Amino acid sequence: MSRFSKISRQNPRFNRLQKKIRYGDIPWQVIIILMSIVIIIVMISIGWMLWRDSSTSRTEFGWSFILPTANATWDPVNSIFQSWPFIYGTLLTSVTAIILAVPVSLGIAIFLAELCPVSLRMPLNWLVELLAAIPSVIYGLWGIFVFLPTVVAPVGVFLLNTLGHIPGINILFTGPVPESGSSRIAAAFILMIMIIPTISAVTRDVLLSIPSDQREAAMALGATKWESIWQVILPFGMSGILGAVILGLGRALGETMAVTMVIGNSIEGTPSLLRPGYTMASIIANEFAEAVTTLHTEALIEIGLTLFFITLLLNIIARLLVWSVARRTTQEARA
Amino acid sequence: MTGTRFQELISRNQARLSTRRKIVNAIMLSLTGVLTLIALVPLFWIVGYVLYKGGASLNLAFFTQLPRPLGMEGGGVLNAIEGTLVISTLACILALPLGVLAAFYAERFPNTPLGVTLRFSTDVLSGVPSIVIGLFAYALVVKPQGHFSALAGGVATAILMLPTIIRTTEEMLKLVPRTLREGSLAIGAPEWKTSLNVVFPAAISGIITGFLLSISRAAGETAPLLFTALGNERYDVGSIINSGIAQKQGLLQIINRVIDQPADSLPLTLWKYAQQPYPERIRESWAAALVLMIIILLINIFARLWVESRKRALRG
Amino acid sequence: MQETNTAISNEVSPTTTSEYKVQTKNLSVYYGKFRALAEINLSVLQNKITAIIGPSGCGKSTLLRSFNHMNDLTPSAHSQGEILLDGENINETGVDVVEVRRRIGMVFQRPNPFPKSIYDNVAYGPRLYGIRRKNDLDEIVEKSLRQSALWGEVKDKLHQNGFSLSGGQQQRLCIARAMAVEPEIILMDEPASALDPISTLRIEELMHDIVKEYTIIIVTHNMQQAARVSDFTAMMMIDDQRAGRMIEFNETQIIFTNPKDKRTEDYVTGRFG
Repeated sequence: MSRFSKISRQNPRFNRLQKKIRYGDIPWQVIIILMSIVIIIVMISIGWMLWRDSSTSRTEFGWSFILPTANATWDPVNSIFQSWPFIYGTLLTSVTAIILAVPVSLGIAIFLAELCPVSLRMPLNWLVELLAAIPSVIYGLWGIFVFLPTVVAPVGVFLLNTLGHIPGINILFTGPVPESGSSRIAAAFILMIMIIPTISAVTRDVLLSIPSDQREAAMALGATKWESIWQVILPFGMSGILGAVILGLGRALGETMAVTMVIGNSIEGTPSLLRPGYTMASIIANEFAEAVTTLHTEALIEIGLTLFFITLLLNIIARLLVWSVARRTTQEARA
Repeated sequence: MTGTRFQELISRNQARLSTRRKIVNAIMLSLTGVLTLIALVPLFWIVGYVLYKGGASLNLAFFTQLPRPLGMEGGGVLNAIEGTLVISTLACILALPLGVLAAFYAERFPNTPLGVTLRFSTDVLSGVPSIVIGLFAYALVVKPQGHFSALAGGVATAILMLPTIIRTTEEMLKLVPRTLREGSLAIGAPEWKTSLNVVFPAAISGIITGFLLSISRAAGETAPLLFTALGNERYDVGSIINSGIAQKQGLLQIINRVIDQPADSLPLTLWKYAQQPYPERIRESWAAALVLMIIILLINIFARLWVESRKRALRG
Repeated sequence: MQETNTAISNEVSPTTTSEYKVQTKNLSVYYGKFRALAEINLSVLQNKITAIIGPSGCGKSTLLRSFNHMNDLTPSAHSQGEILLDGENINETGVDVVEVRRRIGMVFQRPNPFPKSIYDNVAYGPRLYGIRRKNDLDEIVEKSLRQSALWGEVKDKLHQNGFSLSGGQQQRLCIARAMAVEPEIILMDEPASALDPISTLRIEELMHDIVKEYTIIIVTHNMQQAARVSDFTAMMMIDDQRAGRMIEFNETQIIFTNPKDKRTEDYVTGRFG
C-alpha cells in the first residue's frame, strides 16, 4: 500500500478536506447551470414582455397595424396607429444600405484576405474594426453637421436630376431634396458606412477559411488571380458571404441613433429616397419616453415586437449559413 | 478528335483574350485596394472632425462642472461623465459574473439541451436591437419602480454586454489546450478546481480583452438609456456622497441614492444637445463626442496592445 | 559532399531520338535568404514518365512547382537559373505565366475538385480560354473524362457535384480537369498518397495510358511506385546547408538495381529515409 493512502486513512482532517473538495463540484455545476438558465430566461422574457405589453394594440388594430397602407395614420391624439410608414422606412433604408455596402465590403474582404501584404493586414483589419467602434450618436452628429450638407444634399440633387427622370424608378427619386439633407438616403448612406465593417470582417474570415488548394488548382489551370477569386473562391464561400450580408442587414435594421438624427423623422407619404422618412427604431426612440396613453405605449411596443421578430429571423438564417461553409470545408478535407 | 483540336478552338481569340483577361485582372485587383482605402475615409473624416470641433470647446470646466443654464458662461458635463461611470460599473457588476459563468457551462457542455439553448439564446440576444433591450429594461425596472434610474440603465447596458462577454469567454476557454485540463484532473483535482484554478487563469487575458471591448461598445450606446436612465442634468455623485456622509447615512443608503435616480451619460448628452438649436449646446455636443471617442479609442488600443503583449509572452 | 550532376547527361544516352521536353539548368530556388534548391540540372524526355524521389523535405515538391510557376504564389520565393521548355527559357521575368500554366498542368496531393458539377469542373479550363459553344465543351469534357478512365462511371451524372465522388474518383476528376486544356506536360505531386491501394493502382495504370500523349513528371515518396511506374528517376537529397540537390539521375532500372551513388543505394534499399 502506498504511503499516500496510509496518510489519508490516518488523518481525519485530510479525509474531511477530500470530501469538501469533491462536494465542491456540485455547487459549481449548480452555479454555472443557474447562470445559463438566467440568460435563457432573459431571452425568453424579452419576447414575452414585448408580446404581453402590446396586447391591447394588437387586438385593437390586428394585422392592419403592419400591413402596407396608403395614407397611413399615426395619431397619438386620436389613438389611431398604423406602422407601415415606419416599416417601409426601415426596409428601404436598410436594403439600400446593403446594396451599397456589399460591393465595397466584398472588395475589402478580398483585398484583406487575398491580396494584402501580410505586414499590412493587421493594421488594416484594426482600422476597419475601428469604424465599427465609433458610437452611433457620433455618426449621427457628424452626419447632421458635416456629411449631410457636404455630400448627401448634393448627391440627392444629382440623383433627382438624373434618376428622377427615368420612368419606373423615379418614384424612388422624387424631390424636393430637403435643404438640410435629412432624408432616407442620408440614413442609407450612413448605415452603409456602419455595416461595412461587419460584412467585410465576416466575409474576410470566410475567405481565409477556404482551403488554399482550391486557389492553387484554379491557378495551375492558368487562371489569373482575379479569375480564381471570382470564379472559384467566392462561389465556394457563397453561403458564408450570404450569412455575412444577412448579419449586416440585421444590424442595419436595428440601428437607431444615427438614423434618427439624419432621417428627418417625418411620416409624409411619398416613397422617395430623397425625402425625409421614419424608421421603426426612430419612432420608438422619439416617442416612447413621452407617450401618455397606454394604447400609444403599446403601439410602440408592438413596433418593437415586429423589429424583434425580424432581427431574430435574420440572425438565425445568418448563423446557419456561416456555419454551413465551415462544415463543408472540413467535410471536403476528409474526402 | 485530334490532339490539336483544343489549340484550334483557342488559337483564334487566344491572343486577344489573354490581354483582355490580364487587363480585367489588373483593374479588379486594384479596385479592391481602392475600395479599402475609400472605406477608411469616413473613419479619418469623423475622427478628424471630432478632434477639430471638440477640441476647441474642451476645457477643465467641461470635466468638472454641471451644466449651466443657457446664456451663462461655463458649465460642463460632469453629470454625464459620472453617469457613464456609474452605469458602466453597474453593467459590469451585473454582466461579468453572469456572462463568464454561463460561458463556462457553454464551453464544457456545448451539446446538452441546456448548452444548445444557451448558445442559441446568446446568438439571439446579440441580434436584438439595442432599443428593444431598452424597452425590456423599461418593463423590468422602470415600470415597477415608477421612476427612471441609473439602475435601469445599468440593467439595459448589462444585457447589451452579455452576448459579447459570453462569446469571447467561451472562445478563450476553448483555446486552452486540453492537455492542461487533463493534467490537472490526472493529479486528482476535482472539476471545479480545474476550471477555476487552471483553465480560467490560462484564458484570462483573452477574457479581459473581450470584456474591455464590450465595455467600449456599451459606453457608446444611447438607445437603451433613452427611457431607462433618461438623463439628468443635476446628477452629481460627489455631492450625493458628501451629503450622505454629512447626514450619517449608511453605505448602502448612499449607493441606493446614487443608482436610484435618473442619470445622464456622454452619448445621451450628446444626443440631447445636438438636437437643440443653441450653438453653445452644439459645441458641447462635439466636445462630449471627443471625450467619448477618446475613451473608446483608449480602451480599444489598450485591448489590442494587451493581446499583442500576451501573444509575445507566449511565444517566449 | 560530392556532386555528380555532371554525370547526368552522359548517363542518359540519346537512343531515343526525342529531344528533351523540359530541362532545368543550374536552377536554384530561394525562400527569402534560405536556399531550398541548389543548382538543379534535370533533363526530362518527352513522352516518358520521370519520377523524382528522395527523403521528405529534400525539395521535391519545390522543384516540381518551379516548372509551372506555382512557387510564385509564395511571396518570398525567388529563383535563379533556367527552365527550358522546348528550348525556351520560361524562368525569366516577363514570361506569360498563364500560358506556361496551360502548357504545364498539375495534379495535387489531395484531390481538390471545385464546388461545381463534374461537367463544370472539367470545363473550367477550356472556358477560361474562351471556348463557349456547348458542342465544343461537350467534346472536350468527354474526351478528358475518357482519358482519365472516369467517363464510364460519371457519364450519367455529369451535373452532380464533384464532391459526391469517392476519393479516387475525385483525383481522376482532377486529372481530367488538368487534361482538358491539353497541356504538354503533367506534373503530379504525390497524386496517390491520399488514396487507397486500389485507386492508387488505377492512377498508375492511367499514367501508362496517357504518357503516349503527355510528358509526366511525378514526385513520390513511395519507392515501389517509382519503380513500377517511371521510365527515369531522379534522386534528390539535402546537403549540409539544407538545400536540395540532385544526386543521381538515370533510367529507373539502373537507379534501382545498380545505382552509381552510395547515397542513392542507401535510400532505395531502405537503409534510411
